[in-house]
Amino acid sequence: STQTRALKYSSLRSTGLRVGQVLLPGDQFFCEAEETLSLSATARRDTAVCGPGLRRSGDRVLVCVGGLLRHKAPNVFWVQSHSKRYVPAKGECVIGIVTAKSGDVFKVDVGASELASLSYLSFEGATKRNRPNVQVGDLVYAQFLVANKDMEPELVCIDGAGRANGLGVFGSGGLMVKVSLGLVRRLLAPGSELMADLSGLFPSEMVLGLNGRVWVKSSSVQQTLILSNLLQSCETLSPDQRRALFHRVKQGTL
Amino acid sequence: MKDTPLSNCERDFLLKAIEEKKRLDGRQTYDYRNIKITFGTDYGCCFVDLGKTRVMAQVSCELVAPKETRPNEGILFFNIELSPMASPAFEPGRQSELSVKLNRQLERCFRNSKCIDTESLCVVSGEKVWQIRVDVHTLNHDGNLMDAASIAAITALCHFRRPDVSIQGEEITVYTPEERDPIPLSIYHMPISVSFSFFQQGTYLLVDPCEREERVMDGYVNNTDNILY
Repeated sequence: STQTRALKYSSLRSTGLRVGQVLLPGDQFFCEAEETLSLSATARRDTAVCGPGLRRSGDRVLVCVGGLLRHKAPNVFWVQSHSKRYVPAKGECVIGIVTAKSGDVFKVDVGASELASLSYLSFEGATKRNRPNVQVGDLVYAQFLVANKDMEPELVCIDGAGRANGLGVFGSGGLMVKVSLGLVRRLLAPGSELMADLSGLFPSEMVLGLNGRVWVKSSSVQQTLILSNLLQSCETLSPDQRRALFHRVKQGTL
Repeated sequence: MKDTPLSNCERDFLLKAIEEKKRLDGRQTYDYRNIKITFGTDYGCCFVDLGKTRVMAQVSCELVAPKETRPNEGILFFNIELSPMASPAFEPGRQSELSVKLNRQLERCFRNSKCIDTESLCVVSGEKVWQIRVDVHTLNHDGNLMDAASIAAITALCHFRRPDVSIQGEEITVYTPEERDPIPLSIYHMPISVSFSFFQQGTYLLVDPCEREERVMDGYVNNTDNILY
């Protein structure tokens, strides 16, 4: 089995990393890397996990994105930054727009630097004879199967067991807006106040793509427009301002 | 780089909203977005914000030989640059169809309407005249570049000051701003353009379309009127 060297959590703390500190790309921290560790053994509690924005190279931790250092107990560190430009990452669910059908593959625009490919067999119940009903210009909610800097990104609309599980073509009657990546992550966080406030306004349906695209549908055009405008303004509002604004909308004075 | 394609659901929603007389940002059918005009440090430099659409105009002048057909008139030159900063759909270097259309419309708006007195730009008839050059750069494209460009161009022309000249016999002296105050251009009137977009084969009409409305429109009319100044 392949082996890797793990970073000791205690050594990461001792290099003077403070949570909430501003980090710039190019900053680096030296840590002791302990001896080789087997991947098949259970995870050790004193190893640190480098999240988005941090990269491990040998015995150093490099910062690749400018932002604030965040920490989640027990041992996850990442850099939180404001960005709108999406970089594909494996396992993330995104909203894509089908731009072309070429042979057996759909070319999907996800807002990244290149188009992702989506095979027509990666839909639930699709076979060579039973093709899915996907047209150019449709919206698809899909998950990245392959996403790294060396290969073309690949999407799928099924999970490991072959079920759709919420993925697939959608979108009639709603409106899609573009927001920053941080806002989508805030909406998707468990127990998010923002999400609770938004869903308490009108009966609505929302699809959130981690590439910054959000699809909103409510019972009328006016309500859909209100929801999409509120969503875009939530980026720059403090919680108090947001609650005051939502209160006005509920009363119908807006 | 290609621009994000417009999905079918967005197109359908926009058309349905327009049928119900609703616009994306809550405007009415004949409402304009907020216009903000700021000036740069040089004479003739002006920034115009039409909602999120942002353009910059810069006026400069130079002494050149006049055209042979018009020896005692100055020369006006307009140029609009669609910078890739404004939209991923704009590619540098290549003259796109939109760029040609905007250039032609700017020329018709200002040169054909004779808003600037070109005879006052003449220094020595047949030999030296002022060439006034207006460069408009698009900084952000959120629809209706033509209106923003026309406002920026005429504001920059009104703001601009050209150096003072004096002629003694055969000698022409161009004074620096420190020696003599520069002189404004002689402008008769201010042409401002207003854009209308049509939907559903002309059934619905919107003023000042934003970028998404421009993508789903069927037709487009640009109307330029002047204000006596």
